[in-house]
Amino acid sequence: MLKILKYSFYDLMRSRWSYVYLAFYLLLGIVLLFLNNDLSKAVITLMNVIIILVPLIGTIFGVMYYYNSKEFTELLLAQPLKRSSIFLGQYLGVALSLSMSLILGLGIPFIFYGLFKSNAIWDFSLLLITGTFLTLIFTALAFNIALSNENKIKGFGYAILLWLLLAVVYDGLFLMTLIMFEDYPLDKLSLVGTMLNPIDLSRTLILLKLDISALLGYTGAVFKQFFGTNFGIIISFITLTAWVLLPVLRIIYKSKKKDF
Amino acid sequence: MKHICYFLIAIFMANLSIAQTKEVCKTCPISSLKDGIKRAKDFDTIIIKKGTYKEHDIVVDKPLTIIGKDYPIIDGELKGEIITIIADNVTVDGLFIINVGTSYTEDYAAIRVRKSKNFIIQNLVLEKLFFGIYIEKSRDGKVFHNKIIGDAVEEYNSGNGIQLWYSKNVEIEHNFVQHVRDGIYLEFSDDCLIKNNVSTLNVRYGLHFMFSNDDTYQDNTFEKNGAGVAVMFSKRIKMYNNIFKKNWGTASYGMLLKEINDAEITGNTFEDNTIGINIEGSNRINYKHNTFTNNGWAIKVKGACYTNKFTENNFLYNSFDIAYNSNVNDNEFDKNYWSNYTGYDLDKNGIGDIPYRPVKLFSYIVNRTPETIILLRSMFIDIIDFSEKVSPVFTPDDLLDNNPKIKKLTW
Repeated sequence: MLKILKYSFYDLMRSRWSYVYLAFYLLLGIVLLFLNNDLSKAVITLMNVIIILVPLIGTIFGVMYYYNSKEFTELLLAQPLKRSSIFLGQYLGVALSLSMSLILGLGIPFIFYGLFKSNAIWDFSLLLITGTFLTLIFTALAFNIALSNENKIKGFGYAILLWLLLAVVYDGLFLMTLIMFEDYPLDKLSLVGTMLNPIDLSRTLILLKLDISALLGYTGAVFKQFFGTNFGIIISFITLTAWVLLPVLRIIYKSKKKDF
Repeated sequence: MKHICYFLIAIFMANLSIAQTKEVCKTCPISSLKDGIKRAKDFDTIIIKKGTYKEHDIVVDKPLTIIGKDYPIIDGELKGEIITIIADNVTVDGLFIINVGTSYTEDYAAIRVRKSKNFIIQNLVLEKLFFGIYIEKSRDGKVFHNKIIGDAVEEYNSGNGIQLWYSKNVEIEHNFVQHVRDGIYLEFSDDCLIKNNVSTLNVRYGLHFMFSNDDTYQDNTFEKNGAGVAVMFSKRIKMYNNIFKKNWGTASYGMLLKEINDAEITGNTFEDNTIGINIEGSNRINYKHNTFTNNGWAIKVKGACYTNKFTENNFLYNSFDIAYNSNVNDNEFDKNYWSNYTGYDLDKNGIGDIPYRPVKLFSYIVNRTPETIILLRSMFIDIIDFSEKVSPVFTPDDLLDNNPKIKKLTW
């Protein structure tokens, strides 16, 4: 598996898209720091970008990579190799190279700007950690979609739909539910609602770390009480890990049964 | 001859009654302030030399000038009130007063002025206090250049720094109040001037107005107070050039206006507050030349606020500029600068060609269902805000700034 991971990783490292992705984050980081000189403000803006873009790129890139390397996969399948190690290797190759682009692309400008001397470092690390988690989650979901759909167009369609669902539609439904049940106590419901969607969970985790959290008022206090404790942090990371593990398990399960 | 005689006697009498200076020190014949007051005649000056005087319940019952040299310490030993002034024309200057008693039935103060006129209280330092300077039913006085540092932690067992109750025409200037319940508190007090004070880190409010009319407060700084500044049930208040800063917390605001009518709010700065101004039931107020920077909500309007005018203010980088909880609007927004304005100015006259809508749909939703705030900065919210901006349905459609400025206003 490690060998396949290595090959996928190097393959991706040589590919143009990784560089484009890296360059994009580098540029974003530099421009953001250039435009506003406040590190913690830049972290907020970055959060907005990461919450939307990282899942999108993770999904699209994952689906694309799977379909592109299909012939290579078939070649590998002819070898005496475990199926799960082939697919897991490929998945990790994509996910890790994407995460690396993200961390390097954003990290370099911020380090040059004096991140280590600033107290925004924890916020920033949290941002990178959630960004990495989101990459892992959405690449895994993308591999699931690609494995289940032979048709490329259909695969891409589902991938985009999935992203839309979690990034936009979910929040819409969530909002509707909250408004519909406004006469009832909503603290628990909103907590659960946030926990279930990895994008919302990452957003809330970062928001609560920033001092913008006072805006959240009473609801914020409930959230802070939950996420502020070690228990809350552990629960949220368990949820994020579950979001990674479940699709990965499905990749293994699916790849074992699939005909090529 | 008789006349001259009378004249001489008159001069003699005058000489006798002319103000004398009495000194109080540990080794003098008069070794306590109480004794000094007892022996002094009207209009005498009592000078207190450096030292520690363990006294409380000192009653100043005649017009005296009490001056401390090199800040003598008056220690109340937590036994109760320290100085009570019940005569007119009293001046107290340069004392260091500590250890006021705490009581749950009486408001013990470091200095209380009761039913007197023309008092001056200046250059005092108060520490370890319950109430600081308490002025009741008095008028025409001055509270100048005092430093009040409390150690309040809870609201129920702490007092206010400077409190006015049924007083008129009092000037409160250049005071520095910290760590008490309310920095400055006015109740039923009219025609007062509150100027150049710094009120910070108080448990409840930096400044608190209740039922006080025709007062002016200007050039004050209110920073990091538990709940900011509250102005309630008062008429014709003037607020100029104050700074409200860093009142940041789940239930904090820069300023709370409740049942305020006909006020002038000009040239103030609201920075880093959860809510810049929280307005409830306040009418006919002119907001001009104020700057709102980095607040959660710059202005939150809650119910029954009519004919308020917001002109030429700067709204810079607030999460929400204005929040409304109804879709009826009778307030006017004109010629403000909004950093969130995305319009254009083709004719280059400095005024945006399309009106600005300061109320976002999301702020309306949050007002209705506060829990929805957790969707702050979600993409869905940006989308519905945009669609609401294009065609308003839920937000008051006449709530517009028709002449939004293109550049930040300077005065």
